[in-house]
Amino acid sequence: MPHFTKPREGSWTEHYGLGTGPISYEDSISPEHYELERDAIFRRTWLNVGRVEQLPKKGSFFTRELDAARTSVVVVRGTDDEVRAFYNICRHRGNKLVWNDFPGEETSGVCRQFACKYHGWRYDLEGACTFVQQEDEFFDLDKADYGLVSLRTDVWEGFIFVNLDADAPQLHEYMGELGAGLAGYPFHKMTQVHRYRSEVRSNWKLYIDAFTEFYHAPVLHAKQAVAEESRKLQNVGYEALAYKVDGPHGMVSSWGGMSPPKDLNMVKPIERILHSGLFGPWDAPDIGLDELPPGLNPARHPAWGLDSFLFFPNFMVLIWRTNWVLTYHYWPTSYNTHVFEGTCYFVPPKNARARLAQEMAVVTFKEYGLQDSNTLEATQTMLESRVVTEFPLNDQEILLRLLHKTAHEYVDKHLRKTRGTPVRVSAAS
Amino acid sequence: MATLPADFADLEPFSAWAIPTERARYAKRLASTMDELQAFYDAAFPRMEAATSYLEQHGVNDLREDGRRLLWLYCSLVTVSFPVEVWRQPRVPDSGSCALDAVVEPAI
Ligand code: FES
Ligand SMILES: [Fe+2]
Repeated sequence: MPHFTKPREGSWTEHYGLGTGPISYEDSISPEHYELERDAIFRRTWLNVGRVEQLPKKGSFFTRELDAARTSVVVVRGTDDEVRAFYNICRHRGNKLVWNDFPGEETSGVCRQFACKYHGWRYDLEGACTFVQQEDEFFDLDKADYGLVSLRTDVWEGFIFVNLDADAPQLHEYMGELGAGLAGYPFHKMTQVHRYRSEVRSNWKLYIDAFTEFYHAPVLHAKQAVAEESRKLQNVGYEALAYKVDGPHGMVSSWGGMSPPKDLNMVKPIERILHSGLFGPWDAPDIGLDELPPGLNPARHPAWGLDSFLFFPNFMVLIWRTNWVLTYHYWPTSYNTHVFEGTCYFVPPKNARARLAQEMAVVTFKEYGLQDSNTLEATQTMLESRVVTEFPLNDQEILLRLLHKTAHEYVDKHLRKTRGTPVRVSAAS
Repeated sequence: MATLPADFADLEPFSAWAIPTERARYAKRLASTMDELQAFYDAAFPRMEAATSYLEQHGVNDLREDGRRLLWLYCSLVTVSFPVEVWRQPRVPDSGSCALDAVVEPAI
């Protein structure tokens, strides 16, 4: 008996027509399939590489290593205040243009121009080549022909995206209904940033799987609640308030009774004093919103606690009732490894006690994240054994179906284009 | 030499926990025994109401040096509360092969 209303069809999965059969995880354990995903997905979709606050002034820049897309980019605010992205390659003989100490590591800073470490060619902030060492030794070289190679860059609600595909739809179109539903949310006020990074030994989709279902929460995270509360949670299980699917993207809307809890004995001793925990500091700061944007709490449920959005392929945004935000990024580095980034964004704390409450939320996120990631390597290695090849998913795991199905569709489409016939590595039904 | 505000002189024996970054706080937690973590928790937890009242009087940027150290110390208590209140061991159970490292955090 569902506690929260499901659609007419009886399930969210059937409502969105995602099929109800078991699914194959061959897409997460095949090196060949991963190579296809690199070209079909990571070189074709809008990838979030950062936020505008990371580029506070003219000349602010950062680099991003996009291994899955087989490239590195440098993102910079120009003298005209425009945010642009360039492939991170020098036009002379191909040296990586912007890096420090280790060419594979990301860097950031402020500069007036970019100078290549190899022979000193220079480029302005708009990418034009401005200086060639011993220019008259070259043969008919016109600097105007040797600017940095730019790639498509656009900004959605302060999040900077790049796309390697010149034919892809506009970012705002790509973000669709779910993106539009968040318009006007004051992300820009949440400038207090904590970022965590992890090298994970699993396929990138497995971590997204873990973060787009809360079916695991009462079990895997059982110990993080006080004992009695934990027993109750396991008996009740998990049900979302609502799911939404729009094109390749999806969201899950959740209840959240812990901010503040109905009864202080429901939470751990330190939370009772700090008034903070997994759901964030209970004392929500004013962010100047009279009403939630239409995309948040779509069921308009009074028990609403947070919404998690998955913007395909690898960008998640979690917006909490208590006025803070979490983002997740998953950057593949091989078929069975990826780099995970989790970032917490808060309004600057009004005093040192509020800073401590934010620390509590951040550290709690880390403790949960460590529990979530510890299952991934264990899952990856056993999936690779191929002892079992098909796995059932329940209705609360609908976004996993969406993710794997969407990823397959991109690969199939790519294969039709390049080879004429789709060769499916597996059938995700 | 006193390193914490005078009202918190009783916590001076634990001033080694006044650590400015989350990464270093977490490293000290992993390098400690449960007895050490419990001793710090047992001393600092009962003083937490007083500490939060003190911290509430100050903006993060106008804390004096001793006040900043008090905030660092209580950030450590947050880190240590998990092994003491939840895990009964310094490390998150079953997390042997994974790490989640702070790469950006607002300075205190
Ligand atoms: S490769 Fe950059 S100046 Fe030669
Ligand atoms: Fe989890």
